[in-house]
Amino acid sequence: MAEKILMKGNEALAEAAIMAGCRHYFGYPITPQTEVAAYMSRRMPKIGGTFLQAESEIAAINMVIGAAAAGKRAMTSSSSPGISLKSEGISYMAGCDLPALIVNVQRGGPGLGGIQPSQSDYFQATRGGGHGDYHLLVLAPSSVQEMADLVFKGFDLAEKYRMPCMLLADGTMGQMMEPVELSERAGESAAKPWALTGTEGKRRPNIINSLALEPQELEKWNEDRFKRYDIVRENEQMSESYRMEDAEICVVAFGIAARVSQNAVDAARAKGIRAGMLRPITLWPFPEKALKAAADQCKAFVSVELNMGQMIEDVRLAIECKRPVSLCCRTGGMIPSPDEVLSVIERAAEGGK
Amino acid sequence: MDIKRMTLFAGHYGSGKTNIAVNFALWLAGQGKKTALGDLDIVNPYYRAKDSQKKLEAAGVRVIASAYANSNVDVPALPQEMYALTEMMDTCAVLDIGGDDRGALALGRYVPAIVRENDYEMLFVFNRSRPLTRDAQSALGILREIEQACGLPFTGIVHNTNLGRETTAETIVSARPVLEELTRFSGLPLRFTAARRDIAPLLPGDIGEVFPMELQKTIW
Repeated sequence: MAEKILMKGNEALAEAAIMAGCRHYFGYPITPQTEVAAYMSRRMPKIGGTFLQAESEIAAINMVIGAAAAGKRAMTSSSSPGISLKSEGISYMAGCDLPALIVNVQRGGPGLGGIQPSQSDYFQATRGGGHGDYHLLVLAPSSVQEMADLVFKGFDLAEKYRMPCMLLADGTMGQMMEPVELSERAGESAAKPWALTGTEGKRRPNIINSLALEPQELEKWNEDRFKRYDIVRENEQMSESYRMEDAEICVVAFGIAARVSQNAVDAARAKGIRAGMLRPITLWPFPEKALKAAADQCKAFVSVELNMGQMIEDVRLAIECKRPVSLCCRTGGMIPSPDEVLSVIERAAEGGK
Repeated sequence: MDIKRMTLFAGHYGSGKTNIAVNFALWLAGQGKKTALGDLDIVNPYYRAKDSQKKLEAAGVRVIASAYANSNVDVPALPQEMYALTEMMDTCAVLDIGGDDRGALALGRYVPAIVRENDYEMLFVFNRSRPLTRDAQSALGILREIEQACGLPFTGIVHNTNLGRETTAETIVSARPVLEELTRFSGLPLRFTAARRDIAPLLPGDIGEVFPMELQKTIW
């Protein structure tokens, strides 16, 4: 066991990426994720890795495409407006079936928005974000320890399914400091026979490309890719349940919203309301199985989000609209207080919406 | 504790400067001293001295901070009012300096006045639990970078080893060998060890003077 140290979420994810074997980081500064780039700039030169501050987010994501195509563990990080800029490149990666880690430490939007925390890129992350039919693996940490743990997981899943993976954090997760234990761990780095590593005249050249000359061919690629997505949906849903054993009100929240909601659940229990929480850890694939099971047990759901109500749509879909779902939300960089969450839980318990 | 007119807290990013500066200002005010706190951090977007503004002002501490601190814009600007810290000779000034050399750069413009008055303590805040200050050499490297950036040499060390909520007396005590090395390498005296109020009484006598602190509460 490694000794615990005190880290910012942004630092923890950067160090975890290095421990997971990532030696290629391409980025561009933007608050509130700049510490990732700052940390990488200090560490990468010391370990023979590449830290490169690109001339733009667009350049950075295209450098990630290059490194990933060569079979390397590569990553980039940004915050909301920067992820919009990267979206074209992310779509190309999905079209090329390239694995990589993309970190979004979200801030308020739309537009330039603000630098305070937000979860308003939920739609962008879970629906793909760029153009075309595709998905990203989307992981949502809710502690500094998880910021690190999900980096290991993210690289492994990305390579296993040949998909880009997004770590969807928020400004609070990136900036908060908590004790964390970091240790080298045996990953499941998948073999990469597809990588552009040079044929040495011994094999046919590999081709990595998202352009299909025939529409029939492109359709087949898309259908094959979606068969892979079905396997991901079946096997990789992750969530954590809290006080759900006998719960009749189910709070659904991820990231920082889940931290606040956990306190609200405790407060509701203290008032005699049987509340519990399901915390999605994978936002895509969304933990539909856990939600569907909860719909048989609970009489109402409460979705807590730092946006105007985005995940609530997935909650309703997952439970097939069998139960009422209320929304508790703040936006623009604001975080709901435990009391605000509690009052929505109370109304849901009384049968209101 | 021997109190100078100005007390400056600088150090590695995330070493705990803001918490200590806020608690130190409250402690000074509690002793009946006219006190002002200057937030010179132009690096950190969140978790600023301004989070404690209400508490500080209720205790009579004047808070001088950027109008943009904790706002939705990212402007590394300091208010002109900051000059009051070097000019109000009847006021104990506490300065919260931004992390690392980049953060300390902003202090430079006030240094000539601080040196001229020569009634200051420039303290290096050290947390051995931070990943880039695990050993004395690394901490000393950051200490020297900060001095170079702002042009003001340190006069002492504040020991603030902590693991946030998981801090125990053992966390603090276990940093002692590295702390001793740091004081030896740097030639700087240990001014005090900062510890959460509930842990402070549990510390041994040979860890230096202990400064008990309250931590900013969060809703998560």
